[in-house]
This record gives sequence, structure tokens and C-alpha cells, in this order.
Amino acid sequence: MFIAPPPVPRDIPLPLPADPTVLEIANVAVFVAHILFVNLLVGGALLTLAFQIRGLRDPRYDALARTIAATTTVNKSLAVVLGVAPLLVVSVLYTMHFYTANALTGTAWILLVPTIAIVFLLLYAHHYTWDRLATRRRLHIGILAAAVALLLFVPLVFVANVNLMTFPERWTEVHGFWSAVTLPNVLPRYLHFLTASVVATSLAGVGYLGRRPLAEAKLGAAEVRKIFYNVALVASLAQFLVGPLVLFTAPSRPLHVSVLGVIVLGVVLAMPAVVLLWREAARPAPRLSPLPWIAILLGATVVCMASGRHMYRGVALAAHRERVRVATEQWADDSRQAAYDLELARARSAAGTSPGEVAFRTNCAGCHAVDRKLVGPSLREIAGIYAGKPDGIVVWARAPGKKRPDAPQMPPFASVGDATLAAIADYMLATGGVEKR
Amino acid sequence: MDLPIFHLDWLNDRVLIGVIAVLHVLVNHALAVGGIPLVVWLERRGMQTRDPYWDDLAYRLLRVFFIVTTTVGALTGVGIWLSAALVNPYAIGSLLRVFFWAWLTEWVVFVTEVSLILAYFLTWKRWTGERKRRHLRLGVGLAVASWLTMAIIVSILGFMMDPGSWAERRTLLSGFANPMYLPQLALRTPLAMLMAGAAALVVVAVTEPRGSERRAAAIGSVSRWLLAWLAPCVGGASLYIRAVPREMRGNLPTALLTQELARWAEGASWALAATACFVAAIAAWGALAPARVRGWALVFPAVALVVMVGMFERVREFVRKPYAIAGYMYSNGVRVEDYPLLRRDGVLAHATYRTARGPSARPDVEEGREVFLVACSRCHTSDGVNGLRGHMVRLYGADQPWDPDLVATYVGSMHAARPYMPPFPGNDAELRSLAAWLATLRLEPAPVDGAQIAGVRLAASATPPTLLASP
Repeated sequence: MFIAPPPVPRDIPLPLPADPTVLEIANVAVFVAHILFVNLLVGGALLTLAFQIRGLRDPRYDALARTIAATTTVNKSLAVVLGVAPLLVVSVLYTMHFYTANALTGTAWILLVPTIAIVFLLLYAHHYTWDRLATRRRLHIGILAAAVALLLFVPLVFVANVNLMTFPERWTEVHGFWSAVTLPNVLPRYLHFLTASVVATSLAGVGYLGRRPLAEAKLGAAEVRKIFYNVALVASLAQFLVGPLVLFTAPSRPLHVSVLGVIVLGVVLAMPAVVLLWREAARPAPRLSPLPWIAILLGATVVCMASGRHMYRGVALAAHRERVRVATEQWADDSRQAAYDLELARARSAAGTSPGEVAFRTNCAGCHAVDRKLVGPSLREIAGIYAGKPDGIVVWARAPGKKRPDAPQMPPFASVGDATLAAIADYMLATGGVEKR
Repeated sequence: MDLPIFHLDWLNDRVLIGVIAVLHVLVNHALAVGGIPLVVWLERRGMQTRDPYWDDLAYRLLRVFFIVTTTVGALTGVGIWLSAALVNPYAIGSLLRVFFWAWLTEWVVFVTEVSLILAYFLTWKRWTGERKRRHLRLGVGLAVASWLTMAIIVSILGFMMDPGSWAERRTLLSGFANPMYLPQLALRTPLAMLMAGAAALVVVAVTEPRGSERRAAAIGSVSRWLLAWLAPCVGGASLYIRAVPREMRGNLPTALLTQELARWAEGASWALAATACFVAAIAAWGALAPARVRGWALVFPAVALVVMVGMFERVREFVRKPYAIAGYMYSNGVRVEDYPLLRRDGVLAHATYRTARGPSARPDVEEGREVFLVACSRCHTSDGVNGLRGHMVRLYGADQPWDPDLVATYVGSMHAARPYMPPFPGNDAELRSLAAWLATLRLEPAPVDGAQIAGVRLAASATPPTLLASP
């Protein structure tokens, strides 16, 4: 397939605020913190919806759904606020690449703002009407379903953007957000994120809700753990199907050995975690004790995957960023040279021209010509009105009024200064009055 | 720096940022920076008087403030980032490089603020009795964090109006301590307190039953709060106005209203002053005879402050024109020092992208439209809000064809007559193309799609030479 040559734009000609390596490491760290709460938010909303629907037949699940929904208030606020730092770092580190992806998917990108605000308001509405809508369960679930449907749009926009920013050679192919979604690797990465969200949330469920019996749901602690371990196991197994899909659909050029190494390490770490999960899910009364091990192993997997993803981007863009850097330096040099040339040319051409004419050209020539009306009257007409009274022009130009029905009001030129205005007035009378005399 | 150009040809890109930013300022100032101190003040009152009403009122106010700030407030805050990256990536990208560490510090304070408001709100009903005093301290910490987030961002807003010594030194500290900083902070702090009081009056008007003793007591307290902050606010405003750089003051009349209405500016200033006095009168009324204050009078201060803050932000954004960063970058995103190069070669010669479009019968008009996107589209649309067609009609009328030569001369020197306009950045050929395109707007105004709809193609001049060599 023919791939277009990548555009090489020039960067902002200001230095980075810190060493790029420091920024890269900071980026992975803040991103992992952000994505953890995003996972809990998205996974929590999905599980709440699933459990509440199941709760229509089995009320215990409705109560379980309610305890998960109660965690949303904290998760959603931290997901947003922790996301600001990665946004900041990526914007500084990959300014051209990130902003380009934003612009090309601009409509969806800006719709994130009202979409997320509406999702959060719907989630509050759902949370605070649990008792009031007790007799109208379907309406109550409908509010959550609407929130979840909108919420699922949000990660898709982010995945499409971070994917697009990595491949400059694709930038000229994209026409709007949906065409960015159809680029290879976007949908697999999106699915990968969704399953990861369910794994993270159900493990948090084991640790947070599986410690004591859930009286309002009439569920024993072991029963709660069993439910969450089961969900975590199914979602983890799904990860082993989606994961390879992500890898195989990724454009292969940036899959450097070091990148693959980190990703394989992540997979290797995840394997014992899944075995542990499997063993607990198979027990009639799963224990809490293996959870820290599972969490540590999967946490390490997440760090590996986030680093691998980041390294992948680094490899993918290394050559392109170098070309951008060279183009930017070239631009700065050209700019300095052009400024110097202009200075020289100005000094040469100013010789022989009256200061009044120079000032007239910069300030007045847009609206006034010698012998025809442009926006305002011609110099002939002006010279006719003010013949012998150059001061009249100065007074008028400081604060003009509205005199002519066929022309807009002239803006004030007090800022030009009286001395220059007087020079302009002399030039106007000399030039406009030539024929009359 | 050159990017695919996001453009909203009907709404106007600036309106997009303006709506998001003003909404954020309203929520942040009224419900967080001012709102939290008001809630803490009422909570403390409840502890001192042992009257459970004050605690209950404080909690109900906080619940409204909490729901709005953690949804609309938080998302419009992020929205300023997202929209600025689309509308003026050159300016925000440059500011980010200068203020990165300030913004990262801001983020740490911001995380603290969110954690504290979650704790403050969610523990209200649980931390009672012995632990109430600790809960109040939590509120004080939250109020400090809310104020700090504003105190940091205001420095960046001040920088955009007057970078001060940064122009020579180019360091974070020289940018942070810009001349506009403290005056603006001195205005915004008491203003936020006033806005919180106005918002609380609305909540009281809606939730407290008419004629009740509770309603009167609440109105009385909030009115005293308003009165206390009025004088500092007037003082801050006068400090601020005096700090606006001289060369920017000329823009004030247009900034207050619009170009056509600029001569009414003095009247508008008096109307603003009268409104402020009227708000003060309502506060006095509420403090002296709280039982007799009418419903409309409780809502009026909030409406008036929304209008005034909206205008304040518009004026602040407008008076810094023609610059995005005073003296360094024009509002079209072009650095002042890059003008000689662009004037010589043209803006398109140095643009990597063109909008992806089919071939055209008139290449000059086509080029003119691309010049419009690069040079004008950050502030203007073709025929929407602040549309060029409308400006052309006002200058030349709609019934005669527009002479491209006249238009080119006008656009080339318009910055002299309109001090808020940046000079045209392109060369003379581009000026003629732009004029040719502008002249077509009279009878054939066609919307100009941005890159988010049309996509981009590589400009011929930006194609790598190795590829040009192959057939």
C-alpha cells in the first residue's frame, strides 16, 4: 500500500521546560494514576448497570449495584483531575503531534466537554434517586444506561487521538473523527481498555466490598468475593484474546525489540495473576488473601503496558521529531535573516521620502487615495475643505465624528501623535491641492 | 508552528472558548473560591450559636455548590485546555512552555482541592460532635486551596496582557511576577466573594419558604456578607483599571460593546456603575429589613454579576488585542518577530498544510480562502459571528461589486486605523488573493470548513524534495 510522505511542520520555537527524559517518566507515572481512576469509573458504571439489570429478578444484585454506584462520586472526580497532568505533559512533549490529532478530530474532541459533564450529572441523578424511583426501576436503570452510552464515547475519542498523533503519515488521510476511528489499532485498543476497566473494578470490588458481609444485599463476604472474582476472571481471559489483537493490528515499524520486551514482560507477569484468579473463582468460598499478589502482579503489568505504549510512541516518532526539530531551527534562522534584510531595505528606501508621506502610507492609505473615493473621501476633496488649515485635519483626525451618510465613521488617530498628524496634514494638502493651484 | 486549522465558520472559534471560559469563571469564582468561604462561615456560625439551622443551610448550599463544581465546573476547566488547543494552539503551546512548572504546581493544588472538597462534603453528616471542629478546619483548608488555584492561574492571565520583564529574561519567575498580576488578584478575590453571596441568595430564594423566619435570617446573613465584600471589590477594580497598559486602554470602548456601538461606551460604563450601586442597595436592604426583601431582588444580584463578569472577561480578552501574548505573539498566532519573513515569502509558502478540497476554477480565490484560514480565521468567520462579509457590507455597501484593489489596500493598512487588528502577515500577492476571495463573498458566501471536517492535504511547497524528483 502507498503511504503518503509525512508532513513535517515546525514546532514552537521556545525551549522545553525540562529534560525530555524527566518529562517522559513523569508522563508514565501521572498517566497510570489517571487511568486507574478512569478504569474504576468506566468499569464501575458498566458493572452497576449489569448488576442493576440482573437486580430486576434478584434484588440482592440491585443492592450490590448501589454499593458500587456510591463509589462513583470519588472515582469520577479523581479521574478528571488526575487527567489534567498527562494532558499538560503530552501537550508540552508532543505539541505538534498531539495538537494535530486534536484539530483533525476537533468536533469530537470539543464535544468531550459537554458529554462528560452530562454523564456526571446523569450519574448524580441516578445515584440520588435510587429510593425515589424504587417503584419505577426501568426509568431508574434508563438514566444509568444513558450515562453509560455517553460515557463509552469518551475513551474512544482519547484512543483515536493518541493513535492518530503517533502516525504523521496518516494525517492527510483523515477527514473527521470517524475516519480517525477506522485507522488500524484504534478499536482493538479501545476494547482492551474496556476489558481492563472491568478487571480493575472487580478486583477493587473484592478488596473494598469483599471484606465484610453486605447486610443490605443479604450477601456474605465470601459470596461478594465470588461474584467479583468471577467477573475479573472472565474479563482477564478476554484480555488474552484482545491483547494479541492490539499487538497484531499495530503498525509494525515501531515494534522495536525493547518495546516488545516490555510488553512480553507485562504478559508474563499477568499469567500467574490469572492462575491465582482462576483458583479463587473455582473455590466455593474464595479468600481475600491472594488479592494483594494479584493486584501487585497486574499493577506491574499495567506499568509495563503503559511504558511499552509510551516507548512505542517514542520509537514511532523519533525520526519525525528530529525532522521537525531541524525544520524549526531552519525557520528561526530564515526569520532572523528576513528581519535583518528588511531593516536594511527600510533604511535605504526611507531616503528621499518625506516623513508625512511615510506616515500617510501606513496610517491613511487604506481608506484615502489621491483622486478617488476609497472608503473615505479623496485627498482632492480633503484639500478642498482644509485648504490653508492643516490644523483642522489634525483636530478632526484625533477624534472624528460621523459626517457622511455614504461612509462609515472614521476611527480616532490620537495615538499617532500630533506631530505626525501635522506632517500627514501637510502632505495631504500638498498632494491633494496640486491640480487646483 | 503550523497545524491543521480547526475552524467553526458560523459560531466563531472565539465564541467557543468564550462560552466555556466564562462558564468556568462563573462556577469557579462563585461556587468554589467565594462559595467555600461562605459555607465555612455559615458552618462556624452554626457551631457558635448552636442553632442547627445554620449547619443545615451551609450543608444545603454546599450540596448545590458540590454538584455544580464537580460537573460543569470541572469539565469547563478542562474544556478551556481542549478548546484552546483547537482554537489558538500557538498561544497556548507557547504559554505552556513558559508556565509549565506553574501549571504543574497548579495541578497539585487542584488535586488537593478536589480531594478536600470530596472529604468536606462526604464527611459532613459523619463528622459531628467532637469531630465537628476538625471538619471546620477541613473547610478552611479547602477554602485556601480553592483560592490558590485561582491565584496561580491569574498570573498567567496577567502575563498575556503584559509580560513585563519576561520579554528580555524569558524565565518562569519573570513571567509569573508580571505587572498585571497582583491588581487582578486584588479584584478577583473580593469579586468571587460577592458572586458567592449572590448565588447563595438565589438558593435561599428557591429553597426557603416565603415569609418564614428562617428565610429572613438567611437573607440577613448573606446580605451582610455581600456588604462586607463590596468595598474591597471596588478598591480592587480601581487598582486593576489603573494597571491596564496605556496602549491597551484605547481598545476599551470597542471592548465594552462592539465596533458599531463604541461611541456608547461611556453610557455603558455608567450603566455598569449604576448596576453595581443597585446591587449594593439590595444588599443594604437585605441587611436592614431581610423579611421584606422581594423575590426579584434576591435574584437580581446574581443576574447582574453574571452579566458584569461576562463583560469583564470579554474586556480583558479584548484589550490585549492585537496580541495573544503582548508584544510577542499576535492574536492570529504569528510571532511578531516572524513578520518580515512572512511578509516577504507569504504565509502559504511557509504553511505545511492546505485544506483538502477539489480543484477550483479560480485559483486566486482558492488561495485567498487559504490565506483567510491562516491569517484571519482565529477571530473571524466568513459570514457568521464577527463575519468578514458583514464588515465588508458596512464598509462598501452590498449593492455594488467590491473592487478587489480597494479591499487589498484597506486590509493591508487596516491595523493603523483599528489598533486591535494585527497587521496582515502575508505578502502582496496573498493580499490580492485574499481580496479576490473577499469580493466573492458579496454574492457567493460559501462556508469555509475547518480541518476537523475537510481534513488536510500536504502543500506542494511542503512536499519533501526527494519525492518531487520521482515522476
